[in-house]
Amino acid sequence: MKLYELTIKKAHLLLKKKEISSQELTRAVLDRIDAVEEHVGAYITVDSEMALAQAKIADKEISRGNISPLTGIPLALKDLICTKGLRTTCASRILENFVPPYDATVVKKLKKQAAVIVGKSNMDEFAMGSSNEHSGIKLTHNPWDQTRIPGGSSGGSAAATAADMCIGSLGSDTGGSIRQPASHCGVVGMKPTYGRVSRFGLVAFASSLDQIGPLTKDVTDCAILMNVISGYDSSDSTSVPEDVPDYTLSLNDGLKGMVVGIPNEYSAAEGLDRDVSDAVKKAVKKIQEMGAGCVEVSLPHTEHAVAAYYVIAPSEASSNLARYDGVKYGYRDKNKKSLMEMYKSTRSRGFGPEVQRRIIIGTYSLSAGYYDAYYGKASQVRTLIIEDFKKAFKSCDVILSPVAPTPAFKIGEKVDDPLTMYLSDIFTLSANLAGIPGISVPCGFSSKGLPIGLQIMAKHFEEEKLFKVAYNFEQATDFHKKKPNLDKPEPNKV
Amino acid sequence: MKITKEEVLHVANLARLDVDKVLIDKFAAQIGTILEYVDTLNRVDTKEVTPTSHAIFLTNAFRDDDERQSFDSDSVLSNAPEKEDGNFIVPKVINS
Repeated sequence: MKLYELTIKKAHLLLKKKEISSQELTRAVLDRIDAVEEHVGAYITVDSEMALAQAKIADKEISRGNISPLTGIPLALKDLICTKGLRTTCASRILENFVPPYDATVVKKLKKQAAVIVGKSNMDEFAMGSSNEHSGIKLTHNPWDQTRIPGGSSGGSAAATAADMCIGSLGSDTGGSIRQPASHCGVVGMKPTYGRVSRFGLVAFASSLDQIGPLTKDVTDCAILMNVISGYDSSDSTSVPEDVPDYTLSLNDGLKGMVVGIPNEYSAAEGLDRDVSDAVKKAVKKIQEMGAGCVEVSLPHTEHAVAAYYVIAPSEASSNLARYDGVKYGYRDKNKKSLMEMYKSTRSRGFGPEVQRRIIIGTYSLSAGYYDAYYGKASQVRTLIIEDFKKAFKSCDVILSPVAPTPAFKIGEKVDDPLTMYLSDIFTLSANLAGIPGISVPCGFSSKGLPIGLQIMAKHFEEEKLFKVAYNFEQATDFHKKKPNLDKPEPNKV
Repeated sequence: MKITKEEVLHVANLARLDVDKVLIDKFAAQIGTILEYVDTLNRVDTKEVTPTSHAIFLTNAFRDDDERQSFDSDSVLSNAPEKEDGNFIVPKVINS
């Protein structure tokens, strides 16, 4: 096995036994990035020098007997997680040269364990998108088929993880931005409960929906990363002071006694691809065979989730993105003489079209005369969506569903049709509106060989149940062991 | 048309955006389609439903009012596009 193919757990064991060094492992990952980056395009910034310096520190710690689960492990971070001294762009021209003066809380936690940060991964600008095509910096290709999107907005993290260009990664999820690219790239991705992981140092998109989470090669690695990044942080006023269990302990239990719920509304969803539907049905059957009970549940407001989300998220975004004014940081159009002209020109040149569309929709929804009809109404529908989940979880432990209605679509297919793109978030964004956790775990391949993910959702702070179901399912299948073939990349058909 | 070109320009101005003249028709059409879709929310009966702005039941988060280390001015200014003597530079705001 090549070193870059290792999981976090396996790499940790080899580092602990001193069979490999972090510098060897980091070098292998950097070489892998050099070899395949031109075909995948997963990274905005790779800092080999810094990564190797961190690896050297990790090796020193290990030689002293100080080893934690992430010590010396090369990781990728989505480029909206602030890293002190390392450029953080949000894939936006407006932050193209932004170098944060501080680390996000999650980064501090990784550094405390002497993890290695190999680079910052590509994304849709300010995390607004489901395909990475809205990146203002570059295009990321799906490692399984380079003519297709990797998903978004954490598409760079998902593609880097799938293509072994890192050992594991972090992304952020506002409406499916971890789970959907994880599904499209055949890796595991978790959106934790809102408030579980500190958002301090995560560049804000929609503050009541955003949550940082892991994208990893398997479920065990996801639990290992969650153990490190979870927990209360006084710097984030929405962080929840709840104890964090050891998630790896929930990986061994069987599924007997558990009840899984299947939402009626999801199988009837418009545009659900046959291959996706079949793969999810087979996964449900498998989970039942392993001893879980199965009930039908109803989430009657599902059909309104997309509309509610695309009012709430842009509203919050329009407010959050007001801070990019060309004064404190980021790009500024220096040719403008008046303050107002400077603001307008800076923001119009700095933000890409999707970000501008959402700022306009959000500003419109919040403006006098429209507030009640849009933001107010959407916030009420959000309550109904939360009630739906509460009722459903009375009869089941977890809910199973597809992650995305189709496998990864073609680059360019939906980019000019924002509404169609938005509708592809139908299965994931309800979890953000309700603040509940969700995980995507590989559950099959389409007839074209594209990965398909199974989504598992649970009540607030019941990540352990997600890990339990995901792990048992993963161990009974081998979808997570398959890897995209990048050794002989296809000619670029785009 | 759900939203006119003029309305888009008005809202863009409120949001301090200068929408590209070439893009405005496309923008107005796309935003119109999205807003029309959002109008499907009117089919939902929300009488007496309390709106949710935050999905986790946390109320106010307080911390002790202790003195803490904050950023020095060099770090705060480190990303400023224009700065001078420890200050951010902005275009002239008040006309003499």
